[in-house]
Amino acid sequence: MKTAIRRQSSLSRSSGSIISDRFRLFLFALPFLLLILVFSYFPLYGWLYAFYNYRPGFSLFDTQFVGLQWFRSIVSNPTQTQEVLRVMRNTLAMSGLGIITSVFPVLFAIFLTEIKTTWYKKTVQIFTTLPNFISWVLVYAIAFMMFSVDNGVINKFMMAIGLQEAPVNYLASSEWIWLKMTLWGLWKGLGWGAIMYIAAIASIDQELYDAAKVDGAGRFRMIWHITVPGIMPTYFVLLLLSIANLINNGMEQYFVFQNALNRDTIEVLDLYVYNTGLLGFNFSFATAVSMLKSIISIVLLFIANRLSKMVRGESII
Amino acid sequence: MHTQRKYGDLLFNVLNYTFFAAFTIICIFPFYYLFINTISSNDLSSRGLVTFYPKMVHLTNYIEVLQVKGLSQAALVSVGRTVVGTLLTVAASAFLGFLFTKRKMWGRQFWYRFVIVTMYFNAGIIPWYIIMMNLNLTNNYLAYILPAIVSPFYVILVKTFVESIPEVLQESAEMDGAGYLTIFSRIIMPLITPIAATIAIFSAVSQWNSFVDTLFLMTDSKYYTLQFVLYKYLNESTSLAAIIRNSQGSGTNIDLTNMQTATSVRTTVSMIVVLPILFVYPFFQRFFVKGIMIGAVKG
Repeated sequence: MKTAIRRQSSLSRSSGSIISDRFRLFLFALPFLLLILVFSYFPLYGWLYAFYNYRPGFSLFDTQFVGLQWFRSIVSNPTQTQEVLRVMRNTLAMSGLGIITSVFPVLFAIFLTEIKTTWYKKTVQIFTTLPNFISWVLVYAIAFMMFSVDNGVINKFMMAIGLQEAPVNYLASSEWIWLKMTLWGLWKGLGWGAIMYIAAIASIDQELYDAAKVDGAGRFRMIWHITVPGIMPTYFVLLLLSIANLINNGMEQYFVFQNALNRDTIEVLDLYVYNTGLLGFNFSFATAVSMLKSIISIVLLFIANRLSKMVRGESII
Repeated sequence: MHTQRKYGDLLFNVLNYTFFAAFTIICIFPFYYLFINTISSNDLSSRGLVTFYPKMVHLTNYIEVLQVKGLSQAALVSVGRTVVGTLLTVAASAFLGFLFTKRKMWGRQFWYRFVIVTMYFNAGIIPWYIIMMNLNLTNNYLAYILPAIVSPFYVILVKTFVESIPEVLQESAEMDGAGYLTIFSRIIMPLITPIAATIAIFSAVSQWNSFVDTLFLMTDSKYYTLQFVLYKYLNESTSLAAIIRNSQGSGTNIDLTNMQTATSVRTTVSMIVVLPILFVYPFFQRFFVKGIMIGAVKG
């Protein structure tokens, strides 16, 4: 019975028009396309708020249309200019440090492949990629526990070996905050970041090394002349992507680590937009900043892509 | 010359092995430190006297903390969004990825780009918040589920994977009269389990770890996730104090050394948040690696 029905449906399909089949496939996809429309495209409508003097609780069109006032205020209002410059400095500083430290995963991968004991290498890899999978809240919880003033292990340790006289409140100080944030990022992401390079090294032709060995090349010569050129293409792509993401450093990490004492130096663009928009109820101004940020990142992405096409002849997006 | 190189090599190896041992310890010691503090005497732990090994081991923290009302509710919310969200994400990305391999689909190229482009732009957090508010997705559990269902990156993963499966398999099923849904569930799904598992793992981890959406969208504490509650415990001594008072009021706990303290609640909640990750991680580590590799190939 079942087979009979099936046969019939297949008959009707093959004799029926192809259009309906084409359309049926589209209809299957439609619900998912709608989700994308709603959650990724509709928010663009929110950009309108940047052109109004929006106050929460009112409908958008009951509030005053102010044109480009908020955008102009970024450059013309001295306090706002200063704020935006401060936030940009934090953003660029921490992204810049991130780009500089992006060679660390490369070095990690190169030196890890120099370890020939397989179980050792595997163990290192498993444990060093673990921090990548915990949330920033948990990273903060760990920092909170270990660096705490009154009972943290770090303070006890520093005092025990005589590097410190009294406990220091590491988390509440604004000193070296850019570097500290970069180091937390490294702790979380170094092992994970290296995985791609380890695979790239593994795919280098072993004969190259054998030939070099015959020619009497030492370890470092082989690294420099074979391994490094072998992973350069991978590094280049990831470097371009991090340039494209120069101002997209997200807010989670900085949000959880922020406090009254370090706010001035930890506030990156996304966090600033959150603080002024949602906490300061300055929706329209925050939307304007957020909109500029989106546009600048798109431009950066295109520049990075163009660079990639020029250098490698391939695009990254 | 020769012996010099040998010594150099030896020195290099010693330094290299030592460096990686040190970094590995730096990566896992915090987890160990958290753990031994949750099972040690609460009094010693709050005075910072538990550093390298547990002292006066007890397990009451886990029992007492899980009895706190807000926390068990948060655990339910977290587990719920992880399970439901992951199932839907896997099913949706698998199905959509499969559909996009069908050249016959009306406007396939356009719709595929329509989905993929969203990886590269972002309206910004405030416009996103405004839309979520207009859709009534604030203080609404669906806010955890709906936006995560279609993820362009996973769709690419599935599409690439399905394209690598010989088309003959699908064609012969079509000959037998199987429709798209049958082909998808009977032929494609079983074949793409490796990639589906990878997606499931990534999606589960990101659901479990998600924090910002609660921060933006939820003001009603019944929608708080574990991550959010942990954040609150770390920063607000008021919400902590209530818990500590509760556990003291129970009267059964006359043992002063194990009374709940700020430290014990914080470490125990942290441990509860990290345990699922620690638990699944060793088993699924290879899927994580596979996921990033496939992603890398595609760019």
